[in-house]
Amino acid sequence: MKVALFIPCLSEHLYPQSALSMVKVLRYIGADIEYVDNQTCCGQPAFNSGYRKEIIPIAERFIELFKDKEYIVSPSGSCTAMVRIFYKELDIRKDLIKARDELSNKIFEFTEFLVNIAGVDKLEGQFNHSVTIHDSCHSLRELGVREQPRKLLRSVKDLKLIEMEKSDTCCGFGGTFSYKFADMSVAMVARKCRYINECGAEFVTSTDSSCLMNIDGYLRKHKFKTKAIHIADILAQSLNL
Amino acid sequence: MKLSPLKTKKYIHNALKDEKLLSAVDKATQTALKKREDKKDQIPYWEELRYKAHHIKKNVIENLDKYLEEFEKNCLKNGIHLHWALDAEEARQIILKLLRDKNAKTVVKSKSLTTEEFHLNDFLTKNGIETLETDLGEYIVQLMDQIPSHLTAPALHLSRKEIGGIFHKKLGIKYTEDPTELMTIARNKLREKFLTADVGISGVNFAIADSGAVCVVENEANARLTVGVPKTHIAVMGIEKLLPGFEELATFLKLLGPSATGQKATVYVNIIGGPLFNKLQEGPEEMHIVLMDNGRSKILADPQLRETLFCIRCGACLNICPIYQQIGGHAYGWVYMGPIGITLIPQYLGDKEGKYSPFVSSLCGACYEICPVRINIPHHLLKLRNRVVDKGYSMKVERFGINAWAFLAKRPLLYRFATWFPGKFQLLLPKGRAFPVPGYTRERALGTFDLKGFRKRFLKLKNSDYQDIKQKK
Repeated sequence: MKVALFIPCLSEHLYPQSALSMVKVLRYIGADIEYVDNQTCCGQPAFNSGYRKEIIPIAERFIELFKDKEYIVSPSGSCTAMVRIFYKELDIRKDLIKARDELSNKIFEFTEFLVNIAGVDKLEGQFNHSVTIHDSCHSLRELGVREQPRKLLRSVKDLKLIEMEKSDTCCGFGGTFSYKFADMSVAMVARKCRYINECGAEFVTSTDSSCLMNIDGYLRKHKFKTKAIHIADILAQSLNL
Repeated sequence: MKLSPLKTKKYIHNALKDEKLLSAVDKATQTALKKREDKKDQIPYWEELRYKAHHIKKNVIENLDKYLEEFEKNCLKNGIHLHWALDAEEARQIILKLLRDKNAKTVVKSKSLTTEEFHLNDFLTKNGIETLETDLGEYIVQLMDQIPSHLTAPALHLSRKEIGGIFHKKLGIKYTEDPTELMTIARNKLREKFLTADVGISGVNFAIADSGAVCVVENEANARLTVGVPKTHIAVMGIEKLLPGFEELATFLKLLGPSATGQKATVYVNIIGGPLFNKLQEGPEEMHIVLMDNGRSKILADPQLRETLFCIRCGACLNICPIYQQIGGHAYGWVYMGPIGITLIPQYLGDKEGKYSPFVSSLCGACYEICPVRINIPHHLLKLRNRVVDKGYSMKVERFGINAWAFLAKRPLLYRFATWFPGKFQLLLPKGRAFPVPGYTRERALGTFDLKGFRKRFLKLKNSDYQDIKQKK
């Protein structure tokens, strides 16, 4: 099984450790990893801000870089959704349309890939902590990822999975929304963190670095005890990788 | 109360500081959601119903010309007078003329958001016609000189105390905040008006093309009195409200009750078919329907965005929206609020006046998940954002920034170099401090930039690391 890594901007620059954890877990399950050099951004921030024309060449570049790969895996649900779902809304070069449509069938969010494609039912690691999960909006509603991360977490020995209230409510990040409507975004993450805190878990995890950055930022600034951690980090640590 | 969607940012800022508002909106939306969940669970084929409703609306909207003609033909058969209004001004003039012809002095209204689109109440009042809202929530909002803050619960943003206060002030009664007492007071005031009003004006929930009838749902019987007691009834509707027949209506009624108020069905379902309908010959002597376009045919022209015309104004997307839950409806600055509102604002008022509206969303998609007619609101918001940008209404700084970024993102070497900077810059900041981002970092710490980045770290991984993992397995 050949896996090409798609490392989104936040993972590249802010959370490389989580992306490395993903690599380790993928290797652990026997995948051949390939890093496609010269990858940049998928264009999501600009697309979500309404700039479509501007990102067409970026999307075309992405499609050309990844079109021959067997599988593409990313530690971010929203960037995966950008390529899988939203590239279809771009007026790209005609000769790339077929490649784009094929790409959308072979790009996966990390936990989705493990469960649905690699057929991993359980990972026999150990993680002696309580964990709650925040459903990232794009993972959940664009990709349909809900059970996959839970399945993986439940298979980890000693890991106590606690469901918080409204795990599927948005954390308020929303890309540029988080500074365009900063006080709204803060009010949303404050509420999210209240649910996280109330459930009493030591860690809050998710399938998307951007939600985690937002949640982690609020948790740290307001000195909550709960720590934010990417699901790939939990899995890698549990396996002692 | 004059609001503008251009001030939405300011409104949101103020709303977030309003504890009373937050607690009222939060309580009301959570209750509605719980009740919805409960009622929806009693319908095992709920999801199928949503698909069905979507397809019914899709068919109607795509063949609207045909259904409108059919509706007109059948209305005329039933003795209903039809009026076509191209825009708000035409709608106002048509209604004013009808009222003048009847020499009307007093009008009772049952809830109609469509008439809020063209500020009918203010207009009629200015023309010397007393116009009274009869839906309790809308009556309260009218007393407060506000507009509805929710599609189905107009006074949702108010507390009992505030309502008691305004009743005391405007109606000159003894202060009370007891809901039953307040309701009785309102009822007595309104009953009198129902009996003396010259004309009743109502909205329309659904219009039935093959029968020439309209359907108005409600819980208080005020609509029933509005359309039944005065000698003349004027129904005002947007042209998108059509359904092919009663069979389709059944699908929508099943969806509407749970989605809107968490009821299995609304208390009253009024079907009004004019003086000759089914040869019943009861009700008002005269019935008029004002069919209003007011921008709808322009929305219809866009194959994607026309889906926003499927909306049945149930308000479920408001209740589930993590933004609406904390700010209520007025902060959006127009008659239609919440997720569906921000798709409608730029489409009705133009992309310039609505240039901020599609951005009042984190694109979380909870609205799409709950929508009984499956309107893909987040995708439409993205399209509308694109329209704002392509028409040149986005901020110059942002445009410049995006263009610069796009230039780099096509050139990996340059991109790597440019993105290496923030990490280096961060070294100049006090230890542990990250980049300040306006607004963002006031309440949130930012993650720290990794000086090496994933690429470097990954390329440095040795084959031996790889072996390690294999052995562990």
